[in-house]
Amino acid sequence: MEKNKTAALREQILRASGVNPKKCMRCGKCSGTCPAYDEMEYHPHQFVYMVETGNIEPLLHSESVYKCLSCFACVERCPRGVEPAKLIEALCAAVTRPQGANHMTPDDIPALLDEDLPQQAIVSALRKYMK
Amino acid sequence: MQRIGVFVCWCGSNIAATVDVHAVAEAAKLEPGVVFSTDYQYMCSQAGQNMIIDAVKEHKLTGLVICSCSPRMHEATFRKTAANAGINPYMVEIANIREQCSWVHKDMPTGTEKAIILAKAAIAKVHLNTPLTPGESKVTKRALVIGGGIAGIQTALDIADAGYPVDIVEKEPTIGGKMAQLDKTFPTLDCAACILTPKMVDAAQNENIRIISYAKVEEVGGFVGNFHVKIRKKARFVNEDVCTGCGLCTEKCPQKKVPNAFNLNMDNHRAIYIPFAQAVPKVAVIDPDYCNMLKNGKCGVCAKVCTAGAIDYKQEDQIIEEDYGAIVAATGYNPISVEKFDEFAYSQSKDVITSLEFERLTNAAGPTAGKLLRPSDGEHPHTIVFVQCVGSRCASCAGKGKEYCSKICCMYTAKHAMLVRDKYPDTEVYVFYIDVRTPGKNFDEFYRRAVEEYGVHYIKGMVGKVTPENGKLKVQASDLLADRQLHIDADLVVLAAAIEPDKSARPLATMLTASMDTNDFFTEAHPKLRPVESPTAGIFLSGACQGPKDIPETVSQASAAAAKVIGLLSKNTLKGNPCVAQSDELMCNGCSSCANVCPYGAITYVNKEFRMPDRTTKVRRVASVNPAVCQGCGACTVACPSGAMDLNGFKNNQIMAEVDAICK
Repeated sequence: MEKNKTAALREQILRASGVNPKKCMRCGKCSGTCPAYDEMEYHPHQFVYMVETGNIEPLLHSESVYKCLSCFACVERCPRGVEPAKLIEALCAAVTRPQGANHMTPDDIPALLDEDLPQQAIVSALRKYMK
Repeated sequence: MQRIGVFVCWCGSNIAATVDVHAVAEAAKLEPGVVFSTDYQYMCSQAGQNMIIDAVKEHKLTGLVICSCSPRMHEATFRKTAANAGINPYMVEIANIREQCSWVHKDMPTGTEKAIILAKAAIAKVHLNTPLTPGESKVTKRALVIGGGIAGIQTALDIADAGYPVDIVEKEPTIGGKMAQLDKTFPTLDCAACILTPKMVDAAQNENIRIISYAKVEEVGGFVGNFHVKIRKKARFVNEDVCTGCGLCTEKCPQKKVPNAFNLNMDNHRAIYIPFAQAVPKVAVIDPDYCNMLKNGKCGVCAKVCTAGAIDYKQEDQIIEEDYGAIVAATGYNPISVEKFDEFAYSQSKDVITSLEFERLTNAAGPTAGKLLRPSDGEHPHTIVFVQCVGSRCASCAGKGKEYCSKICCMYTAKHAMLVRDKYPDTEVYVFYIDVRTPGKNFDEFYRRAVEEYGVHYIKGMVGKVTPENGKLKVQASDLLADRQLHIDADLVVLAAAIEPDKSARPLATMLTASMDTNDFFTEAHPKLRPVESPTAGIFLSGACQGPKDIPETVSQASAAAAKVIGLLSKNTLKGNPCVAQSDELMCNGCSSCANVCPYGAITYVNKEFRMPDRTTKVRRVASVNPAVCQGCGACTVACPSGAMDLNGFKNNQIMAEVDAICK
């Protein structure tokens, strides 16, 4: 990907998520807390660092983006208020939205519900999988 | 009309590189009243000062304008020069053409233009300057130290050694503070009690020191050199002068279920107790919330067994009033409450403890007699996980943590880890860290020893969550360097909780009118150059109440605070600052606006008789400023609706003259 295209994408992700990755002090609590850690190729703290340094290309092609459960444990526990899950969500949207199709509609939701599913996960999923 | 001399300093190239100093001197000559004007390389040097003195004599100068660095830097220097030349020191004005001019401008024409304007403003002000003489007040040669931890003890010992009487007010029944609860001390691993208790005894035996324990400061009045303090000494229901500290009552009391605060509530003591064996004063105290006799009048066992007859169920709080010349705040710190960090399961499992609790668990006088046993089942733990920075460096956890680094945790955790591995080599010890911060003499070497010689596993990463399960603690954490998530089955998890100022500090600061930062640490008068003084005159700072500190640093600061107190108490009288507020009684309408905004409590109201134009007299309520208390902040002059309040040295008309000169 061209350099300025990556920079533009980085800006878009930061603006959409409202995350400032420079606040990260690299403590790794997000990755320490993440329940989907083992499923991911790139882990929450790496997401933050890679977006900060502009190394976004590998993330766009990685399945890790879709492995985030949106449990927001990292957002809740990050001592610096970096909010990695929001960053991952913005990245995800940056990948899925240009692809043009809705991968989920509100009508799909009732079939997916179970009583242990937190409401924020449903909202988050809808945000991720709809254009 | 003043005869004004203007002296423009080059400050080497600091000023001269961006300001045409000669042009400034020439421009100043054209101002009314200026009879002499010159420039020189270093005005503050001996030669420069002599030049000023000669000019004063030769040209019969009555006012001086020095165009140089900030008045914070050399105003005092040039005031002395003026006094040496025989004119009042307050006839000197500084035009700051360095910090506020040459250092902020890049090109010579702009810098020069601004320097000339600043010089003109200072000249305009000198025209209205009047000679001022500082008042004098007597110094009470007695100091008050608030807090009896290692900081307060060291400060009191040093002041007492210089021959001045000192009172220590301690809120607990014994002095000793946090250090008395510690087991070993880094980096030399000497036992805390072994080095602290001799100092506690020294303090008790020193004839210049009076320990007022189980007490708190209730009211502070007065000003530097002349504080008047009211201290409430809580009833301990034991006559302090009679009790021998034999401890018989603490064995016979039938009420055995009182949480032992000294052991952080990990065990119980009786309703009458002595906090610990080496307590000073070694006098029993009755907890009125648990004593059967005090609660319902049924018991009296302690009074029966006390051979000295020291028990006094009718004892009441006692008020002590005393005058002091100086006050030292040494209120110390506490670990924060870690309960709000749900992920670490502190409230879910007894085996998740704080580092201070760990200190008690390894202390020979602690609840387990020094054997490291799990609080839940009394078993020896084989896997221990230490978590650093719990609540420290926590910018997003408002109400939970602290944004600052607590400074002492890296070292005490290394100490804990090392001691465990030394005593129990069969125990695996993990330390999760964000950064290891060990600056200090022999500190980093100490931490490296924990890793290299004692085999402590230091892992760069943070613990994400702790889950109690089947008597184990499942620890999930990240190992950032290996890029993996770790799962450890631990027996004990130790949280290095952030430290915060003691809760008593904020109300005390209000009483002392001493300023605090947003974290409730006392603010120092200058972060680098006056670190042990509060901006409020006569108030000094010792130990962790000023910021997180370890023992070596605390002791250094405690002695430094003592040196400052001794310097103050060695004076018989104090010269005040004559730049204080003054009320024009004829204009004052007695509205109290000034007294309400005064942060120092310097303004009172008096009823005064005034002669009216019709030759009758009338009593009016007018403001009166105590010049010894006033710090010259000027808040009252702004608040006064009738323009009666004015600040000597910075009078409204002087400031307006400066503004006019700038705007001309």
